[in-house]
Amino acid sequence: MNLWNIAYRSVKQRRLASMLTSISMALGVTLVVAVLTISGVVKTSFETSTSLGYNMVVGAKGGALQLTMNSVFYLSEPIENIPYEYYLEFLPLEQRQAAYENSYKYQAVSQQDELRNVVISTTAATGGLAASITQEILNDHLDQQLEQVLPWKRQGKFSAFTGLVIPLCLGDYFGTFRVIGTTPALFNELKYGPQADRQYTFTEGRNFVTHSDEHGFYEAVVGATVAREMNLTLGSEIQPSHGAQSGEVHATAFTVVGILDSTGTPNDRGVFINIEGFYLMDDHAKPVDQEEDFQGVEVDKTAPNGLTLENREITSMLLLTGNPIFAPSLENTINEANTAQAVFPIKEISILFDSFVDPARDLLLVITILVCLVSAVSILVSIYNTMSERRKEIAILRSLGARRNTVMFIIMIESFILSAFGGILGFICGHGLITLGSDAIEGRTGISIGFFEFAPPLGMNPETIMGSVSPELMIIPGMILLSVVAGILPAISAYRTDVSQSL
Amino acid sequence: MLLQIDDLKKAYLQPDGEVLPILDIPSYEVDKGEQVVLIGRSGGGKTTFLHSVAGITTVDSGQILFDSNPIQNLPEEARDRFRADNIGYVYQTFNLLSPFTALENVLLGMTFSKGKADKEYANWLLERVGLSHRLTHKPDALSVGEQQRVAVARALANKPKLLLADEPTANIDPANQQSIIDLIRETCNENDVALIMVTHSMEVADQFDRLDKLDDINELAPAVNAVTGGSHA
Repeated sequence: MNLWNIAYRSVKQRRLASMLTSISMALGVTLVVAVLTISGVVKTSFETSTSLGYNMVVGAKGGALQLTMNSVFYLSEPIENIPYEYYLEFLPLEQRQAAYENSYKYQAVSQQDELRNVVISTTAATGGLAASITQEILNDHLDQQLEQVLPWKRQGKFSAFTGLVIPLCLGDYFGTFRVIGTTPALFNELKYGPQADRQYTFTEGRNFVTHSDEHGFYEAVVGATVAREMNLTLGSEIQPSHGAQSGEVHATAFTVVGILDSTGTPNDRGVFINIEGFYLMDDHAKPVDQEEDFQGVEVDKTAPNGLTLENREITSMLLLTGNPIFAPSLENTINEANTAQAVFPIKEISILFDSFVDPARDLLLVITILVCLVSAVSILVSIYNTMSERRKEIAILRSLGARRNTVMFIIMIESFILSAFGGILGFICGHGLITLGSDAIEGRTGISIGFFEFAPPLGMNPETIMGSVSPELMIIPGMILLSVVAGILPAISAYRTDVSQSL
Repeated sequence: MLLQIDDLKKAYLQPDGEVLPILDIPSYEVDKGEQVVLIGRSGGGKTTFLHSVAGITTVDSGQILFDSNPIQNLPEEARDRFRADNIGYVYQTFNLLSPFTALENVLLGMTFSKGKADKEYANWLLERVGLSHRLTHKPDALSVGEQQRVAVARALANKPKLLLADEPTANIDPANQQSIIDLIRETCNENDVALIMVTHSMEVADQFDRLDKLDDINELAPAVNAVTGGSHA
């Protein structure tokens, strides 16, 4: 008979009390596992979300946090829109020029320059050097006229500072999910992941394109969660509802051409439609102020042009500056003007975390520590309560030659058995619960947690122990140790048992 | 000589601070393999005497030589070890440990001694006391007679040199009393174990060649009887 066996049999003898004590410990550990996993998931999700692949968000003046929430997390309501022409200021000359050529103003000036049209058609018939010189002069004339009404033949004001800019049009819903009108660059050029070096990949299909022969402007890509929850497959048609989940359903249908792999970013919960298709849906074209000025002006709204420039606006844009050093001055410049505001989303998220999430996590950890203490005390009480009825048992062991230290050790082993059993049971229950909820967690955060995976580290710095080791590996053994320590008190009581009095 | 006691004195400090002398034994001896029965009135100090010999309790003065080695001044841990290696103890109330089976209770008798736990020997002992069919039964499932048989087997498990039996038949029905006495005496004989058996029963006492009266060997016995009525002893 070794001491472990003696302790185990003693625990087994008081089956019900031992079971209840272990269960109270198990509940504590279950709570700890849940708290740590949730904290870890929130923190990992935070890290994933802050590696955005862009460093600024530009949108309408208003709340910086709101802009961040709706453009980065697709939460909260969009503020206001900003002019499309403002977005064009971030683009190079060719893209701006192409965009402006699809404007009423451009077409109005071009089409109303009748003299030029007549001269071009006449001189074209004569041919030769004179004709070409004439055409060049007239084109210059047209350019001059256009430049009076359009800022088109130049670089965008901010294009020199821009590495990547992606416009977002928000406001529509598909079920409970946000619909985001954007350009293919969102998945072709933007990177994600902790190091912002991962390319978006597709479980099925491909990225949407600006225009395809098959689907025109109406292609869509959906995040992994959306596809799963809405049972979408390639070829599924999506009809967004306007303005709200309960809003009027648009007649326009978009065809799903790609389903994103799970990324752990808010994009898992997004429905991404081609911005050109977005503009052409009912009620998405901004009414032009001087509509009457453009009476009779013909603008080609078919491919590849899409909606006229004047009718366009965007909710916000994701901006990666050409060099991070540009960011502060660019932010300053944008914010000083009246048109838009620029925010650093990481800063806003940090403020949010510092204000709400970190204190909430700290509170949960405090509760966790209290639970640990309660579990330890319950083991102490459980064993201590049995000590008076066990004095004789201890005295018998002593009379058989067991030393004081030996009976003390036996009680400590009992305490260890109760707490270790409770710890293991709690681990199983906690991880079982997490596994049951893993689909929901993955759906919301993109973080997959298997049964045997420990909660992610809590700390932000991977060089510290909190940042590199799962807190479960510290706290659960810590709880068991604490409970064993709690067993010292009854063990001392056993140690002090007077053999001759107790026999 | 296995046990030699000289000028053994033991007193208890009562809760009210008064010192109560309980043993004063000028001389006492037991030979190796000898079987002695010790009788005395309740409160005469019989149990205190056995506890002193077993090293369960300390004595105030005097000498206890066990196998020529003085044990009275040994530190507690050494007394525990001495007891685990040399003493077997059979109690009036059996004192089996209820979470354990008969076999495990016997094995517990070996656990704290220097020898290794010998399951075969434990089996043999239980077979010897007539319980080979009750090895896996816990004390609750055994009759009182069977429980005392297990206690006898346990007391012999560490191959002691001296077995102390404190009124081993007091809680046993008359039909089983004699068989327990026989069992204890026979097994002690077979294993060359000396025996000091305390009893109130003259019927039992008369079976022994050597009968000691505590009143004769303990000079305080009449006084103790008068004062305590036997609370400690």
